[in-house]
Amino acid sequence: MTTPLANYLILAALLFGIGLAGALARRSAVLVLIGLELMLNAANLNFIAFWRFSPHPEMLTGLMFVLFSIAIAAAEVALGLALVIAIYRHRRTAQLDRFDSLKG
Amino acid sequence: MESILKYLWLIPTAPLLAAGVGALLPRRLRRLSAGLAIGAISISFLLSCAAFLATLHSGRATSNFRWFDFGTTSVQLGWVLDPLGAIMAVMVSFVSLLIFIYSLGYMAREENFTRFFCFLALFAAAMLGLVLANSLLLFFMCWELVGLASYLLIGFWFQKPSAAAAAKKAFIVTRIGDLGFLVGMLLLYAKTGTLLFYDNGNGCLDPTAAAGLVASTAIALLIFCGAVGKSGQIPLHVWLPDAMEGPTPVSALIHAATMVAAGVFLIARVYPLMTPDALQVVTWVGALTAVFAASIAVAQNDIKRILAYSTVSQLGYMMMGLGAGGIAVGMFHLMTHAFFKALLFLGAGSVIHGCHEEQDIRKMGGLRTRLPVTFATYAVGMMALCGVPLFFSGFWSKDAILDAAHHWSGSQVPFYLGLCGAFLTAFYMTRQVCRVFFGKPTTAEAEHAHESPPVMTIPLVILAALAVLAGFFGTPAWPWFQNYLEGGRAGFDLSNLMNEHQLPVMLLSTLLVTAAIVWSGWIYGRAAARPARETDPLEVAQPTIFAWLQNKFYVDEFYDATVVRLTVAFAKFSDWLDRVFLGGLIKAVCVLALVLAWLDRAMDEAVVNESFDAGAETVRASGRSVSRLQNGQVQRYLRIIGVAFCGLLILLLWGST
Amino acid sequence: MLNEIVFLLCAAVTLVGAVAAMMLRNLVHCALCAAGAFAGLAAIYLQLDAEFVGFAQILIYVGAIAILIVFAVLLTQGGDIQPTTASTSPSWWMGLPVGALVVACLIGSIMASPRLLRLPTQNVHAPVKQIGERLMNQFVMPLETVGLLLTAALLGAVVIGLREPRKSESNAP
Repeated sequence: MTTPLANYLILAALLFGIGLAGALARRSAVLVLIGLELMLNAANLNFIAFWRFSPHPEMLTGLMFVLFSIAIAAAEVALGLALVIAIYRHRRTAQLDRFDSLKG
Repeated sequence: MESILKYLWLIPTAPLLAAGVGALLPRRLRRLSAGLAIGAISISFLLSCAAFLATLHSGRATSNFRWFDFGTTSVQLGWVLDPLGAIMAVMVSFVSLLIFIYSLGYMAREENFTRFFCFLALFAAAMLGLVLANSLLLFFMCWELVGLASYLLIGFWFQKPSAAAAAKKAFIVTRIGDLGFLVGMLLLYAKTGTLLFYDNGNGCLDPTAAAGLVASTAIALLIFCGAVGKSGQIPLHVWLPDAMEGPTPVSALIHAATMVAAGVFLIARVYPLMTPDALQVVTWVGALTAVFAASIAVAQNDIKRILAYSTVSQLGYMMMGLGAGGIAVGMFHLMTHAFFKALLFLGAGSVIHGCHEEQDIRKMGGLRTRLPVTFATYAVGMMALCGVPLFFSGFWSKDAILDAAHHWSGSQVPFYLGLCGAFLTAFYMTRQVCRVFFGKPTTAEAEHAHESPPVMTIPLVILAALAVLAGFFGTPAWPWFQNYLEGGRAGFDLSNLMNEHQLPVMLLSTLLVTAAIVWSGWIYGRAAARPARETDPLEVAQPTIFAWLQNKFYVDEFYDATVVRLTVAFAKFSDWLDRVFLGGLIKAVCVLALVLAWLDRAMDEAVVNESFDAGAETVRASGRSVSRLQNGQVQRYLRIIGVAFCGLLILLLWGST
Repeated sequence: MLNEIVFLLCAAVTLVGAVAAMMLRNLVHCALCAAGAFAGLAAIYLQLDAEFVGFAQILIYVGAIAILIVFAVLLTQGGDIQPTTASTSPSWWMGLPVGALVVACLIGSIMASPRLLRLPTQNVHAPVKQIGERLMNQFVMPLETVGLLLTAALLGAVVIGLREPRKSESNAP
């Protein structure tokens, strides 16, 4: 194992940025959710990397966190997609810039 | 003495109570109000007689009481019982009683009968209080009350404009005199520290052992001012003839017998304060008044007005007597005058009543046969006034005055003026009697005149008797009156009549009186069959002089042009000052307040409201602009979160360096 | 040496998959590329001695979440895209710089810290038995809570996804 920690972190950062840029730049609601998932994954990678490179890996703290994070991500995706489907039924469109009725 | 002194206060209080109750009575209780008044005055008369009897033996007693305190001093009032006061009380209460009874008949058809008797009782109470007062302050209070009663009674028929005006005139003119009186009173108080007359040696009239009598010409003359006003001396005589607007009993009681005599009584009362200089003024004023008024009376045609001017003239005589001869001389004429003048007025009232309210003597005539009792009593009064000798009281009293004037140290001119006055008095009285009672009736009313009922004629008879008898108490043969007032015993001595001091004067006056009566009777008695409208023979002879006399020497017109006009101008100026100047000031303050209020409102609206609105608008605008951030686009929110995250990161990592 | 090559390979797969997921026009292609990205990540987890997590990643992300996304795409007719409508949002030109900015910040902060250039510890084991023990002893609370959360999410998704009756649909604004 010779790759330094920074590499993993840079990878995570790139992944995060790609996910963010996609969420900001695409029109479809589903794609925003995909971007969100990518961001979450980047965060998970961060945790695992830091756990692996920590002085006390036998604590398994990072691992635990990531497990829970994955579970929660799953729940969140399910609900988000259910919402998108419900809105699609209402408005006949899944394009995010049409949903602005909550404006101030 | 002590017992009567204790009840002395009842003499004025009884009629006062009658007046008080009478004021509350309704108009229909006529008999009750008259009964109260007559009953009260009878009580006063009886008590006055008792007081008079008490003073026959002892001299003077006082009963003083404290009215109120201020600081360390106190104001005291009191009653005095001495010969002067007692004899006045008897006279006043007796004449009042007779006139009250006369009024029962005279005012029988009057609607306001109750009010009349209430006022009469008030007057009687005030007059009796004045007579018995021991304090100049109490005297002044009763003096003013008497003036008030006079005002109320002159203006009794107040619906008549002339009566209301006459009442006002009387009150205002006497007020002018009272101003001098008040100032004199204040000066006296300042000088002596007390207003009590007699106070065991501490009163202002008591001769003090250390400092002697407190006499001052200024004080005396100022107090005399009050007498000038009340007793109708010139120049303040103008109210008396106009006061004849009141009912005839009022004229008899107030403006003949009692109230106008109050001025004379005042001078008699404060005689110790009068210096010789002051007395000189008194004598001169009296003498001039006597002649002045008598000459005016010659040209008058109203039966009451002739008697009014006669009263003014006789009051002048009284003042002359006081000034030249002393208390007794003046007071004796006051007493006799009270009786015969009241008699003359009541007789005139009877004539007026009989001629159905006619007062012009040119419209009467031949009433001798139609009103016999009135004629007889009127003749007695007339002769007493003229001073027909021996049997009539006026002769003795007027003679005493002329005698005193003749022996006066100041000057003989008042004496000659007095003689002129006597001549004129006899002249105009004869003129009046001829025109009224002799000759043929000139109008239908005079034709059908009727005699008055007994309730009116009996007082006339009583007064006529007194007009004769009263004189006998002061003749030189038996000067009981003079000695009663001045102390000492009077002896009956007929030889005094033939005294070389007094006989010439008596004969001279008798001569003048006889000449006047004969001449006047020849002019007027002979021509008594003439019709009413014909001009007076005197007017034919001397038109200008007659015009002057008939118009009262134009004194009223003179006053009107000077004093009244000045007062009206000043009143107008004061009104202008108040309305325009002060009113303008107040209006200016109001306008200022309004302007300030307007400014305040403008500021409130423009500044405060606007600033609040601007503030609120700012908040709203900023809220509106901030809310544009929230456009419902989720991606925008996410973008902002990303930017904020970067900013935070930069701040945390590189912000601290 | 081998380590680094493996790492670079997996990283490339992940990144290409991510980029593709964000840029493709057809939403189904996007979903599948995202699944590829997840798979790449799972490989990296395996490389980092986190076997359990890596397999859990494949199971859940690739096996469940990616499929779910495909379903959602199909249900919202994202598969047949009309050529006239734009696939990018009106403000995409603002979004890209923000993403770049975030990346720059993160990489900048990473590069600024020399400690991050360390090498990993040797002999790291993460046996499943230990994971299980930890879950049941130390992390039992979070475990139960997550269970609850998953139940709630399940119910919620069902409720939201239910097709509404016909008559209330016509009344909806």
